[in-house]
Amino acid sequence: MDAILLQILNGLDKGSAYALIALGLTLIFGTLGVVNFAHGALFMIGSFCAVTFSKFLTLSHTVIDDTRKDFLGNPLKVDVPYIHEIVGQSAGDWMIDWAVPLSILFTIPVMVALGFIMERGLIKHFYKRPHADQILVTFGLAIVLQEVIKYFYGANPIPTPAPEVFAGSFDFGAALGFDPNTIIYPYWRLVYFGFAALIIGAVFAFLQFTTFGMVVRAGMADRETVGLLGINIDKRFTIMFGIAAAVAGLAGVMYAPINSPNYHMGMDFLVLSFVVVVVGGMGSLPGAVLAGFLLGILESFASMSAVLELIPGINQIIIYLVAIIILLTRPRGLMGRKGVMED
Amino acid sequence: MLGLSKKDAGLLLIVALLCLFAPFLLNPFPEGSAMAQFNGGYPDLMQRLVIFGIFAIGFNILFGLTGYLSFGHAAFLGVGSYAAIWMMKLLTMNIIPAIMISVLVAGLFSLLVGWISLRRSGIYFSILTLAFAQMSYALAYSVLTPITGGETGLQPKYTDPRILDGALPAGQSPRANLFGLDMKATTQLEVGDWVFTFNAGYYIAAAVMLIAFYLSMRIFRSPLGMMLRAVKSNQQRMNYTGLNSKPYTLAAFVISGMYAGLAGGLLVAMDTQVGAERMFWTASGEVVLMTILGGAGTLIGPILGAGFIKYMENIISKINESVLEQWFAFMPDWMGDFMVAIVYPFVGKGWHLTLGLLFMLVVIFLPGGLVEGGQRIGKLFRRKKSEPDTPDGKTTPAE
Repeated sequence: MDAILLQILNGLDKGSAYALIALGLTLIFGTLGVVNFAHGALFMIGSFCAVTFSKFLTLSHTVIDDTRKDFLGNPLKVDVPYIHEIVGQSAGDWMIDWAVPLSILFTIPVMVALGFIMERGLIKHFYKRPHADQILVTFGLAIVLQEVIKYFYGANPIPTPAPEVFAGSFDFGAALGFDPNTIIYPYWRLVYFGFAALIIGAVFAFLQFTTFGMVVRAGMADRETVGLLGINIDKRFTIMFGIAAAVAGLAGVMYAPINSPNYHMGMDFLVLSFVVVVVGGMGSLPGAVLAGFLLGILESFASMSAVLELIPGINQIIIYLVAIIILLTRPRGLMGRKGVMED
Repeated sequence: MLGLSKKDAGLLLIVALLCLFAPFLLNPFPEGSAMAQFNGGYPDLMQRLVIFGIFAIGFNILFGLTGYLSFGHAAFLGVGSYAAIWMMKLLTMNIIPAIMISVLVAGLFSLLVGWISLRRSGIYFSILTLAFAQMSYALAYSVLTPITGGETGLQPKYTDPRILDGALPAGQSPRANLFGLDMKATTQLEVGDWVFTFNAGYYIAAAVMLIAFYLSMRIFRSPLGMMLRAVKSNQQRMNYTGLNSKPYTLAAFVISGMYAGLAGGLLVAMDTQVGAERMFWTASGEVVLMTILGGAGTLIGPILGAGFIKYMENIISKINESVLEQWFAFMPDWMGDFMVAIVYPFVGKGWHLTLGLLFMLVVIFLPGGLVEGGQRIGKLFRRKKSEPDTPDGKTTPAE
């Protein structure tokens, strides 16, 4: 029992990342009808926003501290971050510690702007082209974005720690009445799961309960009719692209402490997220979220040692295997609608 | 000639001549000159050019004709490579059985993958093939390590059985050969400052590529080719007329899988080692790039694309900062530094950036690839020439 619970928990954080990326992919696909292979790159750029923001905060200059001496007896040189001089010592330290959550504020405008530029500058011209062309051009864009990041940040992963408060682990075992220390789970992963649930809820609420969301849903169902009603649907879809980019970026920012950002993390996640989208059903938002969590949890179950003894190597291929089975038995995925991408 | 139309035979002849004289064509600059680094006439690169040409020709039979975009073709290349190296380890270092078995095994594997994947079309097909390729990659890296060598890969060892070959003299490592002709055998021809290298392995690979190219021509012009084009233009209508398109698409898939296996076998024949990274999905992406860049659905396109990408990859990766400084040395200092700073991100390690940009530009402005670009330029010149002719009327009057 406790082992099963542990695997479910382990699957949640990866599943959250899959779900968030797949949600963005589906938003773009459902609104604009574009298969965006550059979505993983947006996730990666989100992670690097966290890196950039914490670099900004720790920008510092050297001052000579006369009150302290180093081992030679000379006045000690101390690096003082500029942030200390702007907001004061303790507030500055707090901000540096909380760099990752704070960088959300920095990420959202960056990602929305990037989404706008991508949609208006490139993807707009590909609506009428075949899906293969869309895949190829966004694939090229993904390579370019990845290489640009590599040029500026180098090829090595950059560790980006979570705030001190979340450094430890939560002992689920003790809380739920099992033996202590059997089910321990890092706090930050809990935070990530909560955050992902919040974002997913916000996106669904936005689509379900606002006028803007209603128009977008109408546009997803029948773009032409909505256009004939005198609504500028293209503008709204562009905004949705920005939102989808921001969702991918936010997934990336908060993932930075779990997996140190490196330039190819986007591609690694993208391939899996596409599988997630297809399993969930192209164009179905709940399907994408469901499949994301489902596959994340399945993956962590498959890496249990008991399962690995039974079927060696299953943890490496489980997601693809499930995708193949689902696609062959339920062609539209778990919750796919009829008539989406069937040509 | 050979069942080809005059135009096709001409094309085949041109490709054959290009292959024959590649050691000269790729080495246009004298040894030791500043431009010598643009010389591509060394065996390793020339072999890669033709082998990836085969890979792309095969991919084009699937993607160019039927429009099915497979994102997992590298798996067949990898499987073919593993089959070939095992043949070399167990049977003989002669490359003929190795290549035959690689084609066979890749064909069988692609039959399995194709039979399953072709139940779906469009993006679902792409994802299914991608899933199979990633599975093969992951398995080759982990569980199948006894067969694939895992991370270290496989290479022939002195202690391998090699039933058909006699025992090697001590201290000699096994080398791939064709009835005794070493794949690495080279002769060099020096003409003035120029040094041209002729490599046995390259010419064997080039001959295989010519055969592969000829076969793909015949497929393009055959009834099967017509069927495949019909699948691309409107599969639904084809099915409604009572034709089952599945056997045709499956045939195309298996043929292109066998081409990939052939390329994999040849890669092993030229450089006797295999690693799982050959099956990674970026390798599948690369063959897509080659085909698109050259021109999908055209005969010569994939060869051009493969040659272009492999040549640029080798040449651009070699350029470093000091080379750039030499180039711009004639400029005033500030301007030279500026140019170096601008160009530097795109060369050397930045080759992938150039590739990505190039690829985007091609997809955006030139969906037909290099071939379409050539046609456009050709049309531009022809129109200029023919325009004065049109008024004096070659049009036949209506009766």
